[in-house]
Amino acid sequence: MDDFILRAVLAGIGVALVAGPMGCFVVWRRMSYFGAALAHSALLGVALGLLAGISPTIGIIVVCVAVALLMAGLDRNRLFAADTLLGILAHGTLAAGLIAMTMLQTVRIDLMGYLFGDILAVTRADLFWILGGGAACLAALAALWRPLLAITAHEELARVEGVAVERTRLAFMLLIAFVIAVAMKIVGVLLIVSLLIIPAAAARRFSATPEAMAALAAVFGCLSVVGGLAASARWDAPAGPAIAATATVLFFLSLLPVRRAG
Amino acid sequence: MADASIPLVEARGLGVAYGGRTVLERIDLAVAPGEIVTLVGPNGSGKTTLVRAVLGLIDASEGAVRRREPLSVGYVPQHLAIDATLPLTVRRFLRLGALAGDDAVDVVLEEVGAGALAGAACHALSGGELRRVALARALLRSPDLLVLDEPTSGVDVSGQAALYRLIRRIRDARGCGVLLVSHSLHLVMAATDRVICLNRHICCEGHPEAVSRHPEYLALFGDEAAGDIAVYAHHHDHAHDLSGAPVGGDVHGHGHGHGHGHGEKPAGGGGKDKARSHG
Repeated sequence: MDDFILRAVLAGIGVALVAGPMGCFVVWRRMSYFGAALAHSALLGVALGLLAGISPTIGIIVVCVAVALLMAGLDRNRLFAADTLLGILAHGTLAAGLIAMTMLQTVRIDLMGYLFGDILAVTRADLFWILGGGAACLAALAALWRPLLAITAHEELARVEGVAVERTRLAFMLLIAFVIAVAMKIVGVLLIVSLLIIPAAAARRFSATPEAMAALAAVFGCLSVVGGLAASARWDAPAGPAIAATATVLFFLSLLPVRRAG
Repeated sequence: MADASIPLVEARGLGVAYGGRTVLERIDLAVAPGEIVTLVGPNGSGKTTLVRAVLGLIDASEGAVRRREPLSVGYVPQHLAIDATLPLTVRRFLRLGALAGDDAVDVVLEEVGAGALAGAACHALSGGELRRVALARALLRSPDLLVLDEPTSGVDVSGQAALYRLIRRIRDARGCGVLLVSHSLHLVMAATDRVICLNRHICCEGHPEAVSRHPEYLALFGDEAAGDIAVYAHHHDHAHDLSGAPVGGDVHGHGHGHGHGHGEKPAGGGGKDKARSHG
């Protein structure tokens, strides 16, 4: 196997392992719009990171965290529904990101790569960042698991029972920002949410506990990465979209009626 | 139980406003250990708002709520739904509220009559079943204070009576204080020590028998109340306008002492008040 294919598989699996469990919470907590808004703002992070002469990844983290905090603050606004506010943030930051990108014309940037991912161009340094960052995200999620699950099942009950609701929510929002920064290289801003929610949704029917669903979502994510890369190699399709498309096929397969044994 | 003379939770001069609109005003409320206090009032009278303020789920715009520290609270909200995307068995749902083994979980589920539901998926339960399960989750925390918001909604009449007997049994066995919300006084009477009749302010309070004959209560519940008990001649000391604010006459029934068995109310504006206490 070529080195770049191996790196792509490892990077994709690294992202899928963390995106699966994180995506379960995104699905349970109905936060896919939030994830999409953060992902869209990541492009602005790339541009600002390059403009400032630091790494795009740090730019992504800074901008995603800023948007997450802004959203947490705007959440108290009762005039507009959350999806309206998220839509405004998503498209406002995407527009700003695209404008900032054109100001960087002196540097040649692969805009398509940032929008749809460039998994086949993953370097050793990228791989190190993805695996290390992904492991850190998983560890943080494990530490957050119990209170996060409690506020996800019923927020008011959890609050009465003494769970630090605001802190837990904020920690999870920041965690999504980090996961997006990690996953950016693989599927790009426009398809990151697919790696979060589609494997999680596909895992739902076969899971009786939250932990089983998280594990199965990680497995489905890995299958999507491997299947997508194989399809990409076979038909010369763009890798990021091929991964997202494979996940989508898995989701619809999961809806098929199964004949119960016995 | 700790010192029974110190209330588990106490609200003083509590007021709640949403967007400048007053929803609750001048509420004094206390729940003592081992006491069952029931809030009754028509729809929109602020019962749930008061419960949420007492629990600290919403902020008071006036006054204050004091809770004994430490205080273990068990809460059963009126509306309870678990998202179908979250795979959660009843056992697991209980364990989200307290660290406990399977045995302890099964004991409280049996106690509330939901033993058969232990392995069921939460999202597949009916509203009534889920509230029962939530009651078990509350009990698993060995609560000092149990707060139940309309625990019988959607339950038929015989089921309601059984549920109130269960709540009384829980109080007797555990000595916890109970704050209960009910839309009707009739069924809850036997299971409660003290009733607070609420319509954005406290209209009257006292022993359930006395409240059921209190002119303020009868004015609020009208025909429904009249059907529940013998019809008593009474005069209102004030009427309520559409917004629920008392109009005309002095407002009585505020700021009087708490305690069991008091039902003899100062009749307002010369009204002939035949309420008497059986306490």
